[in-house]
Amino acid sequence: MDKVSKKSIKNCSSQTPESAELNPDEVYIDEAEVEELNAADENIICEEEDACKDERKRQRLLEAISALGGKRKRKLGERSEAAVQMSEFTVSGEGEKVNLSDLIGTIDKNAAIPAKTKKQLKTLQQSNKTVECPLSKQESERIQRDVAYQKAASEVSQWKGVIKQNQRAEQLVFPLNQEPSGPKPFERVLTSWKAQTPLEQEIFSLLSINKQPIHDPILTPTEEASLRAMSLEEAKVRHAELQKARALQSYYEAKARRERKIKSKKYHKVQNKHKRKEFLKQFDEMVKTNPAAALEELNKIELARMQERMSLKHQNSGKWAKSQVIMAKYDEGARKSMQQQLEVNKDLTQKLVTSLNNEEDSEIEEVSAEVTPAFVKDAEEGLDSSNPWMRGKLSAEPREKQTSDSVDLTAEGFGGNASEDEEDKHNVAETEEEALLREFDNRRKHRQIQEADTELILCLDDDDNEDKEKTKNAAEDLDTSDKEEELSQFTSLMQGLTDAHWDIEAEFAKTAADTSSQLEQSFIKIGTLEDRELLSQEDSAAEKVPVKPQLSTSTENPLPASPVTEKKRKRKRGIELKHVLTKETNIIHVPLAPTFRDSEDLDESLDQRQLIKEAFAGDDVVSDFLKDKRKQEDTSKPKLLDLTLPGWGEWGGTDLKPSRNKQRRFRIKAALPPPRKDQNLPSVIILEKRNSSVTLHQVNTLPFPFENHAQFESTIRCPMGRTWNTEQTVKKITKPKVVTQLGTIIEPMNRERLGKKLVSPGSQDSVKLS
Amino acid sequence: SVLPTRHPTMQRGVTEALCTHMAGEANASPLSIPSFSYQMKVKVLSRNPDDYVRETKLDIQRVPRNYDPTLHPFELSREYTRALNATKLERVFAKPFLASLDGHRDGVNCMAKHTKSLSTFLSGSCDGEVAIMWNLTKHECVRTLQAHEGFVRGMVVRYCGTSFFTVGDDKTIKQWKMEAPGYGEEEEPLNTILGKTVFTGLDHHWQEGVFATCGQQVDIWDEQRSSPIRSFTWGVESFSSIRFNPVETEILASCASDRSIVLYDMRESAPLKKVIMTMRSNTLCWNPMEAYYFTCSNEDYNLYTYDMRYLDQPVTVHMDHVSAVLDVDYSPTGREFVSASFDKTIRIFPKDVGHSREVYHTKRMQHVICVKWSSDNKYVLSGSDEMNIRLWKAYAAEKLGVLAPRERQAINYNQKLKEKFQHHPQIRRISHHRHLPKSIYHQTKELRIMKEARRRKERNVRKHSRPGTVPVVSEKEKHVVTVVK
Repeated sequence: MDKVSKKSIKNCSSQTPESAELNPDEVYIDEAEVEELNAADENIICEEEDACKDERKRQRLLEAISALGGKRKRKLGERSEAAVQMSEFTVSGEGEKVNLSDLIGTIDKNAAIPAKTKKQLKTLQQSNKTVECPLSKQESERIQRDVAYQKAASEVSQWKGVIKQNQRAEQLVFPLNQEPSGPKPFERVLTSWKAQTPLEQEIFSLLSINKQPIHDPILTPTEEASLRAMSLEEAKVRHAELQKARALQSYYEAKARRERKIKSKKYHKVQNKHKRKEFLKQFDEMVKTNPAAALEELNKIELARMQERMSLKHQNSGKWAKSQVIMAKYDEGARKSMQQQLEVNKDLTQKLVTSLNNEEDSEIEEVSAEVTPAFVKDAEEGLDSSNPWMRGKLSAEPREKQTSDSVDLTAEGFGGNASEDEEDKHNVAETEEEALLREFDNRRKHRQIQEADTELILCLDDDDNEDKEKTKNAAEDLDTSDKEEELSQFTSLMQGLTDAHWDIEAEFAKTAADTSSQLEQSFIKIGTLEDRELLSQEDSAAEKVPVKPQLSTSTENPLPASPVTEKKRKRKRGIELKHVLTKETNIIHVPLAPTFRDSEDLDESLDQRQLIKEAFAGDDVVSDFLKDKRKQEDTSKPKLLDLTLPGWGEWGGTDLKPSRNKQRRFRIKAALPPPRKDQNLPSVIILEKRNSSVTLHQVNTLPFPFENHAQFESTIRCPMGRTWNTEQTVKKITKPKVVTQLGTIIEPMNRERLGKKLVSPGSQDSVKLS
Repeated sequence: SVLPTRHPTMQRGVTEALCTHMAGEANASPLSIPSFSYQMKVKVLSRNPDDYVRETKLDIQRVPRNYDPTLHPFELSREYTRALNATKLERVFAKPFLASLDGHRDGVNCMAKHTKSLSTFLSGSCDGEVAIMWNLTKHECVRTLQAHEGFVRGMVVRYCGTSFFTVGDDKTIKQWKMEAPGYGEEEEPLNTILGKTVFTGLDHHWQEGVFATCGQQVDIWDEQRSSPIRSFTWGVESFSSIRFNPVETEILASCASDRSIVLYDMRESAPLKKVIMTMRSNTLCWNPMEAYYFTCSNEDYNLYTYDMRYLDQPVTVHMDHVSAVLDVDYSPTGREFVSASFDKTIRIFPKDVGHSREVYHTKRMQHVICVKWSSDNKYVLSGSDEMNIRLWKAYAAEKLGVLAPRERQAINYNQKLKEKFQHHPQIRRISHHRHLPKSIYHQTKELRIMKEARRRKERNVRKHSRPGTVPVVSEKEKHVVTVVK
């Protein structure tokens, strides 16, 4: 009882005028409560009455009090104001019961209601089924909440894509909805700008009157219209072009027909010749501009040539030709016609020379085939396959030819191409020409003494003679003519020289066909050596240029010819640590005479080695290493454990050794450890113990996102700094994950960002909710 | 000049002589001495000065590099050293405390960021009488108001930044103009709403003129009306904090005193869902970039990040505080959040990591009641019991102000190095080392021991009971009691 009264009092007290104004909720005092107030409580209520100023309240209280004495009257709760909240318990079933028939009764009188509904209502009246009880408030609210939550969750999960994307993004630049930096069109910048001054307004009004552009695109309406109309114009042009093309085609067709009907042979001949000339011209151009098409054309020509070579056409072997042969004795015309035939044949079988590479190759092949057919066959038959020189392909020779050709070219275009060095050398050559000649002679004699093989001498003699003659000629010319002529002479000289070499090689090849392979190899080697010696004399002269490539080829060939070269070859394979550093330096006897400077690379490597040797003379790295290794081995060896104690079981005193028996008993030998891993690796030390100073810096467990050690190690291994990476890579690697701008407010994620992606809400990521 | 010249000084065995040959020839040229019996070739280095000489003093030195990995066998160890140095330097330069803003005459109870201006900041104190506007750049108070009688419980700036709302213990909601009143004008609120009960929290909608308050119930108010347009009750509880979702702007969440967190949708008539935890949550904050994540600061020293779609267990439990966590605020990038605790520290957590990356404290800072992360992601502000607001750097070692491009490059590189080698023990040790007040240090230790003991006990119980009867409960599951639909 007490509680109830207090509650009501509290309600009264809270009913201040402002709160009533603010909160429209009517505070109801339950009738039941009021009725139950008994006389004992009355005093308290009266006391409180003064506090409560509300008139209505008081009135109600009075009513309640008056009702206390009399009959128990029930009154309906009054609703004086619209309330948001209404207790479900306040509704009381007072008054008369309303029947359905009372409500429906009026229907019969009303004509506006359709008969159908009347019927339905009647059936409803007849049925006695009760409607199911509605769900309790708690339950219905719960369902409501659940539905609302599902909806909200699905709405929220639309962001999933954006969030995932942002989480995975390599770099996020905040604020997110930034405009790209850079120049903007002025219209966008000036959208808010308006004409304000009268002058501006006047100008803009004028512009607008004349339909001049104010905003982008800066085109007047007429211009825009013309732009739009452009397509029509284009169509017209196209149409005209097509018409023209069609007309031209018919015209050419007619012309071709006409020409085909012409019977004159001469006309056709001239025509053909003209065509061929044209074609050649075109072809030459094509070689420069479109090599692929040119190649195709070339193939065509090649095919024609092959056909020509296969057939007996134009070979003067036909019936007509034979008759012409008979007639040729007497008839000029017959002879001429035969000649013509042969010429045609020659024309057709001649190979076309262009600058295309493969063409050159084929040409070279042909040449080589012409020059050394026998040799090629023999080489293929008898000689070892490892030697490219003898493989019969003659891969080196054609190159030589090429180089000599190129040399020729450079010599011809000397004024433009040759370097200043060469000019200088020429000057020297001029003065020392005669001395050179003398030297040539000496050298030849010297060589003649040395040489063992007679054949070689012969051919080389020939060669030298030729050389000599040519140089003599050159010298004479030099005396008389001016500089330019000298140059031309020199070029011819060089050509001669290279030709001579060419011949020599060919002859070698021929001899090789006769003799054994070994012999031939030595020939070549010696020959080339000889050449080298000879040519090294002339190193200051102009001959140096053509000779150089030849020599390089000669050094290239992998034959084990002379012991000297063999040695060098061996060296070249790799500088071995021991040879270079620890052992005594190999004293290389350098010949007193100036060495030839052509074998530069060999010389170079030699010098280099010596340099290194001298530089690291004091260092004995290898022995240091060996010492280190021995030390490591020693430390890893098990140690003898000596547990002998002097005196025990024996006499004690100074200078007394424990007995052998005791030693044997108390000296414990540890078991031999497993063999070292670097036992068989002479140049490696493997430390088998864990180094504690290193472990401090090592990761001992695999960090979280990594799945295996290899993954982690690979990420750690790749360096990021600019010492090891290019600038661009470094920039890319070191991009920070989050970039914020100084002094800009970062707004929260906006729905606009989602708007672009949003297709149908809730459809893409439907979330299962508990 | 190319002809072989005699070099009088050249002698046999002089190998280290590097003659710079300035004849303009790019390559080394052999010098031969024909008269000597020994011919020596010396390679001469000659470089074009254009390749290495700067045009002006301000240019960067050109450093030619060879990136061939075989030439750099020690790249890993070099980078490791660099990373170590970078980490050490970071600790050297970590000076997070910037300024202390004093002016309140009682503990700072609530703070608010200005939505449009970075330099403006608002704070309300416990004596309630004052709401102060600060100019952060000058570290000075711009304006004070007598807002409420009693505590200023909540404070929020309208989304447009022209006005702000305060709620206090005097059961009123007041809207104030952001601008100071003109000369002769009286400081008066734009609107005052008298409530029936005390309001304990306040938040404003991010896009519309709607705000929400919490007290005994959660009310949604239209700015134009004096009565709430909607009020939510669910059980008999009082609420401590309410927050609008900044992304999905119609969704709200509130912390209630019955240890629950309740979700609402402004458009619905009923609340959405409620999760009850083992202890009460004080405040919560939505992630501003990720619509469905929010983090709440709890009385049990932890913070919990929830996915609002799966409330049955938190996504992450953030531990490290040694006393109740009183406030939390997300960084505007949504990657980290800052929390204020009763243990007199503030901590910064990455949003998906269980432990803090940073802890800030000063000798004089008492219980931190409120904390905010500035909207340019650079600063953190904390308001504490002892009447001060403190301004901290969000990244302790960060250099403030404009960076030169090379400086920025170096910083980026160092950052990446630290990231790359973060698992290495030495670097980890240095980067994680923080000096803590003795009390916190010992309390952390104590807590660790307690936790370990509990774990051990549980393990023992499990060991001595029938298999399956004592299940392993993960840390995440431990703290959620139920989810009420």
